Amino acid sequence: MLLIVEQFLNGLQLGVMLFLMSAGLTLVFGIMRVINLAHGSFYMVGAYVAATLVHQSGSFLFGLAGALLVTALLGMVVERVVLQRLYARDHLDQVLATFGLILLFNESTRMIWGRQPLFMDVPDWLSHTVELIPGAPYPSYRLAIIVVGMLVSVFLYLLFTRTRLGMQIRAGASNREMIAALGVNINRLYTLVFGLGALLAGLAGVMAGPILAVESGMGESILILTFVVIVIGGIGSIRGALIAALLVGMVDTLGRAFLPALFRLFLPVAQADGVGASFASMSAYILMAAVLVWRPRGLFPVAGS
Amino acid sequence: MKRVLTYWVMAVGLVIGPATAAEPVKIGMVTTLSTKAGYLGEDIRDGFRLAMAQEGGMLGSVPVELLVDDDGRKPEKGKQIADRFIKREGVQIMTGIVFSNVAMAVVPKVVRDGVFYISPNAGPSLLAGKGCHPNYFNVAWQNDNLHEAAGKYVNDNGFNNVYLLAPNYPAGKDALAGFKRYYQGAIVGEVYTKLGQADYAAEIASLRAAKPDAVFFFLPGGMGINFLKQYSQAGLAQQIPVFGPAFSFDERLLKAVGPAALGVRNGSQWSHDLDNPANRAFVAAFRQAYGRTPTLYASQGYDAARLIGSALRAVDGDVSRQDDFRSALEKADFESVRGNFRFGPNHHPVQDIYIREVIEAADGTVTNKIVSKVFSDHSDAYVGECRMP
Repeated sequence: MLLIVEQFLNGLQLGVMLFLMSAGLTLVFGIMRVINLAHGSFYMVGAYVAATLVHQSGSFLFGLAGALLVTALLGMVVERVVLQRLYARDHLDQVLATFGLILLFNESTRMIWGRQPLFMDVPDWLSHTVELIPGAPYPSYRLAIIVVGMLVSVFLYLLFTRTRLGMQIRAGASNREMIAALGVNINRLYTLVFGLGALLAGLAGVMAGPILAVESGMGESILILTFVVIVIGGIGSIRGALIAALLVGMVDTLGRAFLPALFRLFLPVAQADGVGASFASMSAYILMAAVLVWRPRGLFPVAGS
Repeated sequence: MKRVLTYWVMAVGLVIGPATAAEPVKIGMVTTLSTKAGYLGEDIRDGFRLAMAQEGGMLGSVPVELLVDDDGRKPEKGKQIADRFIKREGVQIMTGIVFSNVAMAVVPKVVRDGVFYISPNAGPSLLAGKGCHPNYFNVAWQNDNLHEAAGKYVNDNGFNNVYLLAPNYPAGKDALAGFKRYYQGAIVGEVYTKLGQADYAAEIASLRAAKPDAVFFFLPGGMGINFLKQYSQAGLAQQIPVFGPAFSFDERLLKAVGPAALGVRNGSQWSHDLDNPANRAFVAAFRQAYGRTPTLYASQGYDAARLIGSALRAVDGDVSRQDDFRSALEKADFESVRGNFRFGPNHHPVQDIYIREVIEAADGTVTNKIVSKVFSDHSDAYVGECRMP
């Protein structure tokens, strides 16, 4: 029972990370119709910048702030320099160009920081474990990730429902010709949205830094699950991204935790472990296939797309 | 008159040619320099180059030229490079491959073509057993060796409830098989994770619930960093001791893991604190040349170069004397930085294997220290299957 609760928390934490990544990606796709494969690079850059700044200054919060600033600026620069030329092109060109960006960013980090993964530690004030439920100590840093993710989703909710910018973004997502015709500077809006998406990915990268290896190419391992999330959630929908991220996080974690045990009930142990492990790594994709059969445009399809 | 002069020049050239302009012996290095695992190839190459630099561009007093190319961890690319080295450059000695899947694609064909291959890292079981070949030498280890050492150590130190963790791919399964070859106690959990998995929270929670008295894991590269950091954050590092092969604890990875790796014991055939003259000189020279502590990969690259040097010396740089060159390689007449070293009948190492512990050095860096010798003169499990033609 304790184990189940703990695994739920783990699933929630993975879900929150996926949400931070997919929120930006789904916005960019929803509004600009651009497939941005390089989204994972912002995640990586966030982690690298934070690791460097934390190492230099000794302050986690300083590293966090610096990384957010750098990724947001980098996102806006990339949007201005590269993506703006791609809006009118078809998806194949976009995929090629943004795939090129992945290679560029991966090699650049190797040139700047070297091949060796960087070290980044949990800040001291989050380095202990908390016994939320007696008997199952849980790392406080992971709890902090869950809290940050929830705050971000509240922030995004308020941004979209209560502010002028949010209204424009929503309008842009449903009909971009119309909003351009109404006199909104659509180019500036695109740049801002892209910067926001990059910033969220950077935030996810910073949060991941202390738990994961900060290394070149780290963005690609999370990028695939992120795409699964936005496809399940309905491309362009933030609400869909939130629900789908939590769903994928739960399914992936609980699958890894309990599927091998489940298979052991009716298969020999050695075989059950192998089959269980294979099924666990497929679980998120099986979920995606099932959702697409049931709702081909995702859980929360955006009108007009 | 002019014609006579030309003949003269040609004749002089023929006489002088072989004596002065001795062509350097070309050595082809196919290794992994890009991708996340690029630092492995980088260290092998740097170790190899160090040995050459110490002799002023020669190995065994024979001038050599090292050709290096990056396989990007892809078997087909490794094959293309090897092809080019042999056909276009006329390479007769090759080395460098990091990963077993690349080695399996490249090595069998290369040695069949009459080229010598000296493996500085990958040691797949097939090449040690049924697929052994007179032109193939492995100067590092057979893949299972370091896992076997961990298994023996865990077994001999009274642990009998072990939890095992490895990625779900052939090398992961081989690793756990190697561990179990020398470990006789109970196994409370044997978990195969997705290759390249980043988050191990679910596995760590299950591990805690299974209450093992030791954990053995094989998660190369970034996976190992992730696991160790998360394991330590879950507060388990002080409770359940962790064991692994040296691959997750080389000096460069340890910098990224930091204090989370402290106390972990790992099996290795080499360590920078091994006390023998060759090693002391190697570690000091490597630090001076590259400004970092060498990893085991660097030591293997260095040993590969010096092994080749010893054999080149024996044939005066004439690799076409294949039988002499081969028997010189078999003698392994060089001071290996790991001390005790010779080749078994399958051209794989017979060597000592140690357990190292990750400690905090006086200057605050996290590093390895040898704690005990697990095997003396250890060979591999496949030597019996090797029928050298």
